[in-house]
Amino acid sequence: MVYDAGHFDVIVIGAGHAGVEAANAAARRGAKTLMLTLNLDMIAFMPCNPSVGGPAKGVVVREIDALGGLMGKVIDKTYIQMRMLNTGKGPAVRALRAQADKPLYIQEMKYQLEQLEHLTIRQAMVERLMIEDGVCKGVLTETKAAYYAPSVIITTGTFMRGSVIIGDLSYESGPNNQRASVKLSEHLEELGFELVRFKTGTPPRVNARSIDYSKTEIQPGDENPSHFSYETKEAILDQIPCWLTYTNETTHEIINNNLGLSAMYSGMIKGTGPRYCPSIEDKVVRFHDKPRHQIFLEPEGRNTEEVYVQGFSTSLPEYVQHEMLRSISGLEEAEIMRAGYAIEYDSVVPTQLWPTLEIKQLPGLFTAGQINGTSGYEEAAGQGLMAGINAAANALGIDTLILDRSQGYIGVLIDDLVTKGTNEPYRLLTSRAEYRLLLRHDNADLRLTEIGYELGLITEERYKSFKEKCALIEQEKVRLSKLTIKPSQELDQKLIEAGGTGLREPIKALDLLKRPEVTYSFIVSLYEETDAIPVEVQEQVEIQVKYEGYIVKARQQVERMKKMENKAIPNQIDYDAIGGLATEAKQKLKQVRPLSVGQASRISGVNPADVSILLVYIEQGQIAKRSEPII
Amino acid sequence: MDFDTIAAISTPLGEGAIAIVRLSGDDAVNIAAQIFKGQNLTEVKSHTIHYGKIIDPESDELLEEVMVSVMRAPKTFTRQDVIEINCHGGLASVNRLLELVLHLGARLAEPGEFTKRAFLNGRIDLSQAEAVMDLIRAKTDKAMKVAVKQLDGKLSRLISQLRQDLIETVAHVEVNIDYPEYDDVEEMTEQLMLEKTKYVYSEIERLLTMARQGKILREGISTAIIGRPNVGKSSLMNTLVQENKAIVTDIPGTTRDIIEEYVNVRGVPLRLVDTAGIRETDDIVEKIGVERSRQVLKEADLILLVLNGNEALTDQDRQLFDLIKNMQAIVLINKTDLVQLIDRNEVNLLADEHQVVATALVEEAGIDQLEQAIADTFFAGQLEGSDLSYVSNVRHIQLLRQALQALDDAIHAIADGMPMDLIQIDVTRTWQLLGEIVGDTVHESLIDQLFSQFCLGK
Repeated sequence: MVYDAGHFDVIVIGAGHAGVEAANAAARRGAKTLMLTLNLDMIAFMPCNPSVGGPAKGVVVREIDALGGLMGKVIDKTYIQMRMLNTGKGPAVRALRAQADKPLYIQEMKYQLEQLEHLTIRQAMVERLMIEDGVCKGVLTETKAAYYAPSVIITTGTFMRGSVIIGDLSYESGPNNQRASVKLSEHLEELGFELVRFKTGTPPRVNARSIDYSKTEIQPGDENPSHFSYETKEAILDQIPCWLTYTNETTHEIINNNLGLSAMYSGMIKGTGPRYCPSIEDKVVRFHDKPRHQIFLEPEGRNTEEVYVQGFSTSLPEYVQHEMLRSISGLEEAEIMRAGYAIEYDSVVPTQLWPTLEIKQLPGLFTAGQINGTSGYEEAAGQGLMAGINAAANALGIDTLILDRSQGYIGVLIDDLVTKGTNEPYRLLTSRAEYRLLLRHDNADLRLTEIGYELGLITEERYKSFKEKCALIEQEKVRLSKLTIKPSQELDQKLIEAGGTGLREPIKALDLLKRPEVTYSFIVSLYEETDAIPVEVQEQVEIQVKYEGYIVKARQQVERMKKMENKAIPNQIDYDAIGGLATEAKQKLKQVRPLSVGQASRISGVNPADVSILLVYIEQGQIAKRSEPII
Repeated sequence: MDFDTIAAISTPLGEGAIAIVRLSGDDAVNIAAQIFKGQNLTEVKSHTIHYGKIIDPESDELLEEVMVSVMRAPKTFTRQDVIEINCHGGLASVNRLLELVLHLGARLAEPGEFTKRAFLNGRIDLSQAEAVMDLIRAKTDKAMKVAVKQLDGKLSRLISQLRQDLIETVAHVEVNIDYPEYDDVEEMTEQLMLEKTKYVYSEIERLLTMARQGKILREGISTAIIGRPNVGKSSLMNTLVQENKAIVTDIPGTTRDIIEEYVNVRGVPLRLVDTAGIRETDDIVEKIGVERSRQVLKEADLILLVLNGNEALTDQDRQLFDLIKNMQAIVLINKTDLVQLIDRNEVNLLADEHQVVATALVEEAGIDQLEQAIADTFFAGQLEGSDLSYVSNVRHIQLLRQALQALDDAIHAIADGMPMDLIQIDVTRTWQLLGEIVGDTVHESLIDQLFSQFCLGK
């Protein structure tokens, strides 16, 4: 018997990285939220690599934090190692990455969610949606519980019709032998959703006690770790290293000899896999002249001996995995604790979504995370956050939020997905962002805190300290613009030592800072001032002053883009009625239904002439409206 | 709406005696004022027309006598500030004018863009909207066809190759950024980046040089005939015209009596300039003096200096030799059918590296040698007309110039010690600009490159 199990504003199906952010954001906005998961012990579980962040992804984590999300706070409390990457490069591409303690991460995330005022968490398997008059009204579980809500978010990751493959073994399963979600997938298909089959994989885990680390290279964390969350104050100093080793000719020979047994090469797997996360079979086949590949050994936590063999994703039979591993230096005695596997799953073709992540054909239904064809915890979390914000908006009648490509990597990610779709699991790369210099990890708070505060996602206290930081940055820039530095022998010597040339005449400190060899601390070192400003303020001042030329250029590009972005396309537009549009453009526009001319111009197959015609057509409508008689 | 300033030649190409370059946008008046010698256009009344000269502000070179109309918003076709520059002269000078305004910050108008602006600014009424859309479609398709036709296959391959070089470099930088722990690619160094950018820079420069050569081929080599009175200048001209069954296009200007005649000499198109002066007076040096000759010479790609073999060299002759120093010139010793009083040794000395040809134009002697000399001068025995692949489209030239500028920025950034990911911004921009020439700007191809070039993924 179906029973009424309760009424909510927002229901989140799934509690992975997308689900938890969605639930958190919706609840923080004041929506009465229900989060349903198959397994309460697996909230925010990391089924693949034990790490968070890295280039582009690390910026996403900071963006999530600036909008009141959880990922940054939780990893900051549970990391076993923190590293700043790309420190030798420009400010736009510096990236923070943490090695996670998987079990602790789950525990901490669950605990944080349990503290939320408006959130209910329950263990359940959802089988179908309840739909009335073409609008989603709630969900029905396998135990016949009916939960009602005007907004439903599906964040089922790789669980939908998930299928695990190891060699010639294949069975229905979600990641890590959890139950697959089959009925929901079938239900979405019945509803007419376009689904696509993707594939990903994971490497074997080995017992640390069977590894000879002396034959590998140590990869320690940073001595003075930075953090993802702007609220984190305390560092974890007791860090655990990772280790680096390599495959060799023998490993490659074993792989080549057994290639026919790999699920990927035997034809068992039909789904499309990501190019940036290739299996070791793929690497050996596609780059056969490379004598070795890097293998990182990454501990999965403090209180476990399991070690993740990064770079060794495979779907070869278990016995071959043993043989391959043991050909590697340091792993000669390695004991596999879990075998590597490939997983195929259903995902929703993301061009079916509005940029709010609501499904176009079913108002009230949102999807977020890997179900939308992405890959990676951070990409999932970013979408979850946005879906949560917008699902709450839909339920409560408050402001929605769409980030554009100049506001954040989250904006780039969602715009790419809903505008272009993807034919492989989508991963963020810094090169996907045309305004990379503006989307830095150091300024995520400057870009987004204001928005987070307006939407009620950020506490008053945090907002206050943010405003203080902004004021300090401005003050310091003004101070440097007034401070005159006079030439002296001592200064010249310092400048020459730093690789520059001496001063000829007095110069403002701000202008001196623009020199490549001069850093902020160099300028401070010229004076005996003790009133040091916070490191993050120093960093901002230095970046904003040093790269001003490039930043201004990028802002001008953004302004040009915004002109087109602000040109809204009416929702009821009939593309068939527009004579001049090319047939391909018509089809694409009807499918994507872009919200603005800017978005339309990014659809492949819509060329500049089509964009011009669209502009003229829309303007025609505006003129028609203006010329209507006012009664 | 769009307030950037656009420009285009708004009269049909190659027809008519007057050509108009039109500008529309906030900067239209400013740009015109920078190249206009005459009244200060920024201060003149709206809807007025002004006589003056166009100068290249960088070289101060005089290009053209023009009439400029200044029409300020909103009572204009596009409801923006509009400038119309009326000029005479051939395709060459109109193109030059267009290039100049583009160089000063105007953007080449897209097909139908003036009309589109007129419409979007409410200048054209609703009933015409359909027509506007058709126009945009038709013009865009036509422009596309023309652009593709103008893009020679060899040139296209060359640009594609440069783009490939650039994208490999960019992918290299990107891989360092997105996969910092990937140890198989060494870090992109300033040294390597400098080599790459400088190489592409020199290649684009070469393309632009070839573009100039191509322009000469297409528009004719402007050729001036100079010499004292009665040395045989008009005979030379008549001989060249008759010998080569010239396509004579008389374009009587409205303010100047310039007649240009086109002749084709062994595949070299010559545009004989200021021929009116020669015909009517046969007396160019005497009449208007050395100064005027200097002016004619400045505009010429080739000079034919005619001497009278029947007379000794005069000071005027020697002055003319001074004028042609460092220019492409051929020296003719005419009237070899008469008694030779000229000092050949002195002529050879004065001619320096210029070729000297002996002719008796009245007897039609020496013409073969002259034509060979002309052909040698321009093809130097290595360039065959059919072998040239050059950039001819103004838009393409503009894009190449922008690409050059972007590369220049990158090279400066390297010198300034900027981080690689910032230097890369201008390199990527170059790649995109070149992509606009060959019609490929899809960003996704960078990501494809990344994954085909490197074995990535941990």
